[in-house]
Amino acid sequence: MSKVKAKIPEGPISKKWTNHKNNIRLVSPANKRLIDVIVVGTGLAGGSAAATLAELGYNVKAFCFQDSPRRAHSIAAQGGINAAKNYQGDGDSIHRLFYDTVKGGDYRSREANVYRLAEVSANIIDQCVAQGVPFARDYGGLLDNRSFGGVLVSRTFYAKGQTGQQLLLGAYSAMNRQIARGKIQMFNRHEMMDLVKIDGKARGIITRNLINGKIERHSAHAVVIASGGYGNLFYLSTNAMGSNVSASWKIHKKGAYFANPCFTQIHPTCIPVSGDHQSKLTLMSESLRNDGRIWVPKSKSDSIAIREGRLKPVDLSEDKRDYYLERRYPAFGNLVPRDVASRAAKERCDSGFGINKTGEAVFLDFASAIIRYGKEKAHLKGLDEDNLSLVKDLGKEVIKSKYGNLFQMYEKIVDQNPYETPMMIYPAVHYTMGGVWVDYNLMTTIPGCFAIGEANFSDHGANRLGASALMQGLADGYFVLPYTIGDYLADDIRTGSISIDCKEFEEAENAVKNKIDLLINNKGIKSVDYFHKKLGKIIWNKCGMSRNEKELKEAIEEIQLLRKDFYKNISVPGSEDSFNEPLAKAVRVSDFLELGELFAKDALERSESCGGHFREESQTKEGEALRDDTNFTFVSAWENKGEPSEAVLHKEDLIYENIELKTRSYK
Amino acid sequence: MKLKLKIWRQKNSNDKGKIVSYDIENISPDMSFLEMMDVLNEQLTAKGIDPVAFDHDCREGICGSCSMFINGEAHGPDRFVTTCQLHMRKFKDGDTIHIEPFRANSFPVIKDLVVDRSSFDRIQHAGGYISVNTSGNTQDANAIPIEKNSADKAFDAATCIGCGACVATCKNSSAMLFVSAKVSQFSLLPQGKVEANDRVLNMVKQMDEEGFGNCTNTGACEVECPKGISLENIARMNRDFLKAKISS
Repeated sequence: MSKVKAKIPEGPISKKWTNHKNNIRLVSPANKRLIDVIVVGTGLAGGSAAATLAELGYNVKAFCFQDSPRRAHSIAAQGGINAAKNYQGDGDSIHRLFYDTVKGGDYRSREANVYRLAEVSANIIDQCVAQGVPFARDYGGLLDNRSFGGVLVSRTFYAKGQTGQQLLLGAYSAMNRQIARGKIQMFNRHEMMDLVKIDGKARGIITRNLINGKIERHSAHAVVIASGGYGNLFYLSTNAMGSNVSASWKIHKKGAYFANPCFTQIHPTCIPVSGDHQSKLTLMSESLRNDGRIWVPKSKSDSIAIREGRLKPVDLSEDKRDYYLERRYPAFGNLVPRDVASRAAKERCDSGFGINKTGEAVFLDFASAIIRYGKEKAHLKGLDEDNLSLVKDLGKEVIKSKYGNLFQMYEKIVDQNPYETPMMIYPAVHYTMGGVWVDYNLMTTIPGCFAIGEANFSDHGANRLGASALMQGLADGYFVLPYTIGDYLADDIRTGSISIDCKEFEEAENAVKNKIDLLINNKGIKSVDYFHKKLGKIIWNKCGMSRNEKELKEAIEEIQLLRKDFYKNISVPGSEDSFNEPLAKAVRVSDFLELGELFAKDALERSESCGGHFREESQTKEGEALRDDTNFTFVSAWENKGEPSEAVLHKEDLIYENIELKTRSYK
Repeated sequence: MKLKLKIWRQKNSNDKGKIVSYDIENISPDMSFLEMMDVLNEQLTAKGIDPVAFDHDCREGICGSCSMFINGEAHGPDRFVTTCQLHMRKFKDGDTIHIEPFRANSFPVIKDLVVDRSSFDRIQHAGGYISVNTSGNTQDANAIPIEKNSADKAFDAATCIGCGACVATCKNSSAMLFVSAKVSQFSLLPQGKVEANDRVLNMVKQMDEEGFGNCTNTGACEVECPKGISLENIARMNRDFLKAKISS
């Protein structure tokens, strides 16, 4: 084990980024034309990075597995994006956003990175508006805000429940402009299969064309990984079906450290699982917790009656309901951070108060918000505030204007009308705070290989606050990486273009081809989904919302066995030289089977509870997470040594100079 | 539920392709349409038959990947949903379901139900952006107030997911609803007005070059659009186009 250094610039925290930008090396416009950069992934981080790098003058090659960069899974982000604009005049500031994010992350993120994130957050909003992103506005024509979990101000900008879509279309439009100029070469339906290193530096990638199976070589002076998170390790998650860890995992196997793999976000408000056929889970935006109140019945017999359909939730009187978040956390109420809300829901359901057939769901109720908004509207229009049905109709209109698409989505999936009866929700895997380890410049431990967005680890600690993922993706892509990458590339102005006809490319290409041959020719008896589902079950049951030593050890053994079974019994239909989705999936699942073990190993090693990582051995009397700052104020950075069981732990000590380490309280 | 599926099978873009029938059982009404397809594919794979290829990703109606023509309608019988949000409760036990790709000359079939929609991307390369640098040195976001009505209309146009249902539905394979949504999204905002003339001319030119048909105001596209993009956008684009043509 050794200590990892993050290369954080000297000086006071509020000056670090400015000073760093002033002092890092630049590449002249003439020389940028001589330098190629590969960007893998075209979500908010990759799309914005590709556009900005191309605009600066670099030759960019961008890759996505979807049929268009606009379909990357950032598109599905719903609620909003944070920025310290203080447009609402409620006392927000860069420092407050910085503080909330570090506290929300349960003091396991890197101060300097988070401060920089808060600093550039305001620029993001300006940038997006200039690009034509249609954020919500009030009647005066100015931008509107709402509030998200874990904070006491309104700093979240939004575009109904489709904020991710609108921001991604903004980044995509910036890409289109550069594609038209010829500065971005776009490769759709291409999957990165491996990283190519020459003299220790990242110099290219091997890709597979998903239409015809062709294995291709692409060289560059630097490689940027922006391929998102690995929530699909759990099989069921809110991630897209194609979201995968492969690009991150391939660079890990080539020398990039993987940080805090066990830090996963379980989002409290998702539509509950309906049966074994389920292929994915759907999120109901956290913004709903602005107006929705979460409850279960106070008595188990009422829960059972609701489950069996004998009692309607709307008929249960107020005094028989347990608004457990408001009860346990009066200061933040329904807007506690995600990890706290998720665990509280699990606690209620595990104790027998769950309200759907499976016993794994709680209510999210809009009835009181509908009345509140309705009365406000009636007052405004001079109508009768005591006319209940009128008030309800007016209130529903307001709710519809705020969350219309989410309510429609819920109704289509569950076949119930959430304007009339409370929504049923349950926690589901949503985001991974862990990821590839990067330094302050967002460079991995492989020189020339960078990781941005959800693919890296640095900003969210052990729990991400709502509306911070979009902020981080765009901050990395528009405003951080384009500067910091220059510091590295300044050495490459005389290198000239990198040849793909060398033994390093050949070796990497052969390894990829061998792996594909192996999968195609195995002709086993079990499908890819069989293995993926089984892996997901192990991870969800033994490394999910709460974890303990015994089960983590079992998980490691079970995953090892499952991996052996995979290579023995996997069956991939079709051929390698055609459009073959099961083959692409088999490659992704083979990587998940390795990551899963490291994930459990990391969770086992960290015997404290922090943020989304809850170790049953480490809790307070009230059942809250108990951090161990003496022994665990560090980032776990794992080095690959072949098998995941042999991975070596390195530590990056987290030093808090500006924020005092405190027990996180939302009471 | 027990169903008979009649599915378009086509090995690759050179293959002629044909409809093949499959029987499927034990389908729960709570399944999404794509989950039903997953069940079918598991069964086909177990029998050693090549599974049916189809595009899908987010499975929550926002990425625009899924693209099935079900019983003669883009995204099937339900309104304001994509195929991934269509649930089997919209069908009856014993139904026969016809499943085809989104067909248009400008959307060549890649395999089975997967089509190539890169023509949509190329139309947007031709002008689907505001020419502003991503340097961050832009003016404050609240410097230009935007009337709520315009902002909302721009947002409504911008919710287009680029799935291509409008093209697949149109008897002329016209992409007018898609292109007009993209044009309107920008032309309704003050930021987008500066280059509005060039944008509409260039995007329409590219649309024509891609081989999409003309609009004959049938309105089927609006009915089948999963995001409810309005025909008003087409009218707006026609006005913008005419204005730009006269002034250029």
